[in-house]
Parts: sequence; C-alpha cells; structure tokens
Amino acid sequence: MTLLKVQYSNMLEYRVEIALWAISGIIPFFMLNIWTNNNLNESINISDIMLSRYFLCAFFVRQFSVVWVVFSFEEDSLMGKVSPYLIQPLNPFFRYFAQHLAEQITRFPFALIIAFFFFIFNPESVWIPNLGILILSIISTFLSFLIQFLIQSIVACLCFWTEKASSIERLLFIPTLFLSGLLAPVVSFPRYVKSWIYLTPFPYLIDFPANLLSGNETNISGGLSMQIIWIFLLFPLFKKIWSEGIKKYTAMGS
Amino acid sequence: MNLRKYLKVYKKFLHTSLASELEYKTNILVDLITAILSLIGSIFLLSIFFQNSGYIGGWKFEQALIIQAIYTILNGITNTWFNPNLTEIVKHIREGTLDFVLLKPIDSQFFISLKKINPSGFLEILLGFFLLFYCIRINQIILNLSFLTQSFITMSCSICILYSLWFFISTTTIWFVKTWNAIEVLRSFLYIGRFPLNSFSFSLRIFFSVFIPIAFITTIPSEVFLGLSQLWKILLEVFVATLFLITSRKFWLFALRFYSSASS
Repeated sequence: MTLLKVQYSNMLEYRVEIALWAISGIIPFFMLNIWTNNNLNESINISDIMLSRYFLCAFFVRQFSVVWVVFSFEEDSLMGKVSPYLIQPLNPFFRYFAQHLAEQITRFPFALIIAFFFFIFNPESVWIPNLGILILSIISTFLSFLIQFLIQSIVACLCFWTEKASSIERLLFIPTLFLSGLLAPVVSFPRYVKSWIYLTPFPYLIDFPANLLSGNETNISGGLSMQIIWIFLLFPLFKKIWSEGIKKYTAMGS
Repeated sequence: MNLRKYLKVYKKFLHTSLASELEYKTNILVDLITAILSLIGSIFLLSIFFQNSGYIGGWKFEQALIIQAIYTILNGITNTWFNPNLTEIVKHIREGTLDFVLLKPIDSQFFISLKKINPSGFLEILLGFFLLFYCIRINQIILNLSFLTQSFITMSCSICILYSLWFFISTTTIWFVKTWNAIEVLRSFLYIGRFPLNSFSFSLRIFFSVFIPIAFITTIPSEVFLGLSQLWKILLEVFVATLFLITSRKFWLFALRFYSSASS
C-alpha cells in the first residue's frame, strides 16, 4: 500500500506524459472510422452504435491494461539497479506492479476526458452499463491486465539470459495487437481464425472485456474462467523462470 | 558545405554503428520475425475489411496492398535511421552530452540524425520491396521512365516529410526533456498511413492532410503507382516536403538557442 502511494505521487509528476500516452491509444477510434465509413459492419451484424461502443470500450480496456514491465526491468537490469532491489525482502516485480497500478489511477481522468469528447462527436452511442456489468468488466479488465503483466514479466526475466528482452516483447506485441480485438472485433475474423483463437489468451485481453462492458453478446462465465485459467497457467511459469533467473543473475560491472 | 568530408564522416558512422549492432545477432533475427509478423497481421486486418466488400474508399484489395508495401518500406526506413537516432537526442539532452555534439566541427543536425543505424530495418525495407514488386505484377503496372521518376520523386518526398516529423518532435525535447510519449503519439498517428485516406470520414481526411500530412506520405505515392495521380498532387507533395524540411531545420536552430546544458 505504501508502495502504491509513493508511486502515485511519482506518477503525478509526469501528468503531461501520461496524457500523451492516453492520446496515443486512440487507434481504435480510427479503426471505428474505417468500419462505419465503409459500412463494413453490416456484414458482421453489429449496428453502428454497438460497434462504436465496442471500440470505445476497447480503448478503455487498453488504457487500463497497458504493461511495460519489460522496458523498466531491462533498463534497471542494464543499469545494475536490480541488485539493491534483490537484497530487499520483496520481489521487485511487486514494485513494478504498484507502479503500473499508480499509473492507471493517474490515467483515469484523461481517459474520461477522451471518452467525453467521443460522446460529443457520437452522441447517439451514449449508454450506461448497469452496475453488475460494470463490476464484472472492471474485474475482467483487471484480469486482462494481470495476464499481460505475467506474460511480460516472464519475458522480462529473459533479461537474465539475453540482456535485450525488449525485442522479444515487441515480437509478442504484434499478435497481441492484431488478435486481441483492438483493431477489429474478434467476431469479424474469418472462420479459420476463429476456430483456434479462443484457445489463446489474446481475445481475453481486449475483446472479451470490451464486449462485456459495451453490452455486446459474449459468453461471460466462459470468458472469465478462461482468463483465470490463463493466470493459473502463467503464474507458476513466472515463478519458475524467476527463480531460475535469479541463480543466473550476475550483477553488471562485477 | 564540404560534401566530401560529410560523406567520409558518414562512412565512419556506418562502420561503428553496424559493428556495435551486430553484437546482438539474435536481436536482429527477432526483429526480422517481428517485421514479417507485423506485415502478415496488417494484411490479415486488410482482408477482414475486404471480406464482404470489394472496395474500400474506392480502392480494391490489390491496390490497397500497394499502400501496405509503401508503408512497410517507409517503416523500415524509420526503424533503420530515424528511430535509433532521434531517440538518442532525448538521451543526449537528459545526460547533457549534447554539449559534446555541439562542440564538434560538424553540423549538429547531420551528426544527430545520421549517427546510428539499425540494420534490422533493412530487412523490413527489403520485405516492403518484395511486396511492392508483387503488387506491380498483380496490378499489371507498366514500368516506364516517367512512372519511375514520378514514383522516385514522391517516395523521396515522403521520406523527407517523415524525417521532418520525427526530427520536429525530437527537437521539442530541448524544452520538455522527456518526449518518449510524444513519439508514441506520432507512431500511432503514422499507423493510419497503412490505409487509403479515402476510407476515412471527411473531417479525419482533412486532419490527416493539413495538420499531420500522413496522407501525403503513403497515399500519393500509391496513387502514382496506380497511375491515378494528377500532376498538381505531386507538385503539392514536393512543396510540402520542402516546407517541412526547411521548417524542421529552422526549428532546430531556433531550439538550440534555448539549450542550456545540464548543470548550468
């Protein structure tokens, strides 16, 4: 908790940057523009309004599930900052975790402002989700954040072996970008992709929480359980690779 | 301006940065896979758009592929030259090493924009050219001299505009110190270059041709490839490119006046 407080005040200092971060997440809106402007949505049986809600929610989910652990950890480990963290009786990833949460809190008002502008331009898409759905989608967004955090932490641990893990992360980011539903809802994917995609973690990162929040049709219990299954799969993997990595660790400059 | 001296210096730059980048050979392999996957991903996205309609913004799928190809080439150029160098500016300013750059008897903009090179971007450029040749075949484009000059002019103008945009944002570091995120914003806007401009609504089209000339970067060269482009559009692009280059140069010199080195 104290960690969270410290990081929050840290983050408040960088408000401008976080605002810029929020702006850089508006790609879903451009995609929405392509979809509606070319009447592509008719083919997948989603109305304009539902689609615009979907992309707004995708924007929100993305805002609150962005993870950049790899980049922080790589920098820290190259600079040799990890060594003092390792001495402390706390897994350094808790520190990064608190950092991310704090950043999300700071980001919240900016995301709201962007949503406000979105509603000014698309007044017909205003809707208020009921409380149960809202809570469920917050939970699923958080779970999506957890999945991404775990995946990235696993990649970050590869720093112990390769030193430049961020290029692996960039590689992983590509399927995340195209398959998570950030650019196009998963419903619209061709059948040969849909047949296997629901077994991967990707659609549960953005598509599922966004569908849930926007009120589009989705399998709530199935989605949530898949998210939890993935977390249970990834967590032991992270623990394993972390303990292996620690043994491998040699401080820089020593 | 002593051109020969600059060429000689550039050769040295190439040598040193290639040598240091080749230390990370697996990195280059990973970057190559990333580039291939990202191309597959965007073609996949495009195929979703064309799933049930033959035209998007008046472009057929085969024609829209040209835009992808040009985007890939330009993205490769960005990754090879612009990205590694201009993110370096941020580092120079934060750590106060810009002083050393300014003291060198060489143009500072030249030094800063060409010092580093990232060889994995070459592969992306190659990938883009492969796709481009494939597009030329399936669209049955006839290669002749006027077409080649036109495409060469528009492509180099796109590169100039792209460079100026990157350089412009990196220059603002002198005031704001941390501009990683501004670069992210630029990146996400550039993403739009993957799609034909006509597929957007009118207001966005205006925005992307007046404020951030992304329209010029990929759409006009692609139109040249298809033989759709009018002369005035090409001239306009040349004009915009020169304007951007001159402004970014002026802006750099202007910003330097505000540069107070670290610890002073």
